[in-house]
Amino acid sequence: MKILVTVKEVATVEDEFEIEGTEIADQYLGADLNEWDDYAVEEAVQLQENGVADEVVTVTIGPEDCEQTIRQALAKGADRAIRVWDDSLAEADLLDVGAKTEILSAVVEAEDPDLVLTGVQAGDDSFGATGVSLAEEIGAQWGAVVNHLEHDLEDGVASVRRELEGGVEELTEIELPAVLTIQTGINEPRYASLRGIRQAQRKPLDVQSLDDLGVEGSAVDSELELTDMYEPESESDVTVWEGGADETASELGELLREKGVAP
Amino acid sequence: MSDVLAVTDHRRGELRDVSYELITAGRELADATGGALHVAVISGTVDEFAEKLDREGVDTIHTVDHGEEFNHDVYTQTVTQLYDELAPQYVLAPNSVNGLDYAPAVANQLDLPIVTDTVDLEADGDSLTATREMYGGKVETTAELSGDAVVTIRGAEWPAAEGTGDASIEAFDVDIDEDAVGSTVTGFEEVGGGDVDISEADVLVSVGRGIEEEENLEIIRELADALDATVSSSRPIVDNGWLPKNRQVGQSGKVVTPDVYVAIGISGAVQHVAGMKGSDTIVAINTDPNAPIMDIADYAIVDDLFDVVPALTEEFQ
Repeated sequence: MKILVTVKEVATVEDEFEIEGTEIADQYLGADLNEWDDYAVEEAVQLQENGVADEVVTVTIGPEDCEQTIRQALAKGADRAIRVWDDSLAEADLLDVGAKTEILSAVVEAEDPDLVLTGVQAGDDSFGATGVSLAEEIGAQWGAVVNHLEHDLEDGVASVRRELEGGVEELTEIELPAVLTIQTGINEPRYASLRGIRQAQRKPLDVQSLDDLGVEGSAVDSELELTDMYEPESESDVTVWEGGADETASELGELLREKGVAP
Repeated sequence: MSDVLAVTDHRRGELRDVSYELITAGRELADATGGALHVAVISGTVDEFAEKLDREGVDTIHTVDHGEEFNHDVYTQTVTQLYDELAPQYVLAPNSVNGLDYAPAVANQLDLPIVTDTVDLEADGDSLTATREMYGGKVETTAELSGDAVVTIRGAEWPAAEGTGDASIEAFDVDIDEDAVGSTVTGFEEVGGGDVDISEADVLVSVGRGIEEEENLEIIRELADALDATVSSSRPIVDNGWLPKNRQVGQSGKVVTPDVYVAIGISGAVQHVAGMKGSDTIVAINTDPNAPIMDIADYAIVDDLFDVVPALTEEFQ
């Protein structure tokens, strides 16, 4: 069995930041592997260690700068990586769900995996829609917000739990091939070992353009246009206690006594 | 004139709150475009649901009597057929776990753009401006699109529709291709049971990512002991396996309403706030004065929890 994991380098933002136009100014941005994707990679690597999967391939849409982040997945055990990028992607303001779907479906067509794992959402733009959209595009089955996957995958069926709201889980059987969007907490993502990090440098990381994938340049034209970005107005009417830890702790202690809840 | 189709959400025999919020959001859009509001209710006891959904502002309710519980293939097929039949400009769905399990498929099948997790919508003629958050709520963005679209709305952002409506209720004759139904729901399970019910606690000492390491939980336990309070947490602590699921406050965990909720090192993501905003008094201990938790906190200590928590414990020893 072959597993394709979609991964994304997401931007992280410092507590204090400035906005320029419809973007956060560069100097306040960091980069990290999307948290949800980290769990998806771990699930795939565990399936490989359990002998269920033969190969784990990651795919990302991103510039050369993100290779270091993407290699984290290789360091944790993925076999090889694909990075899709070219000038038309670099020029795009916003890559909407439709554009990502079209690009990733071309990769799926070329790789022909039995199982595709994605994160539930990306920590930056949080659309939470690409995995299910991709499944529909490639004619696969799917399950959104999966927080447990049985590792036997017998008879071409994935037994999963979907994490619904309010502490309820749905038990679902999904036919393969399928796309599962992976929720945090499904496993405990490992830290890459030093050996893993060294090996990752030698693992294949294949760069493909839209042309290589047979995707029209117009696919990246977004139907959504970002028109504004701003800090939400604080509705806070919080009373902030000032002073050292001893002073603030005693303010809080007093409040708890006032409320009659302190011993 | 452009119509709106709002697809409601239910689970195990109950309509979910967001269903009534969808009616409000849908009515606002339909008013802006001068169109009608269609509401769809798919699977379950649809006639009973339809009666409850007949609130002010609904023009037509389409019932689809097929199966008991949510199945994304049935929903995808039904909504695309309703779209073909009614030709609405906007298809509204909840940004719930189930909404995200079919809305993207509907959008892709119909070749429509999708905007998810919207917190505000403004329609103007052919164009729609959607407000949504990015970077975990640090910023809000507006995005514009024109033409037809699939839009999911965040729960509790629109008020629930009220009153009694005068909608016509019509059974929609759906044609489900059973061969294309590739997933089967075999059951549900309540999780997070066990020794403690955090929703019963008077005081919750709740811990988040700011605690950094599992062994640091000890200072939280000491504080809870000194206060005779109960320990709860935000999601990452449970994801890390540091506390069991029955301690998790939030959308996918428990909803709590204690007298005092002390949020320690919790930034206050919307999913967490959904589970604790009904607390009587909320105190935040956090180094970031701009953390979203400050928006709903009554009192705050902007300081290092590793200094404040031991000092507070000492107060009560």
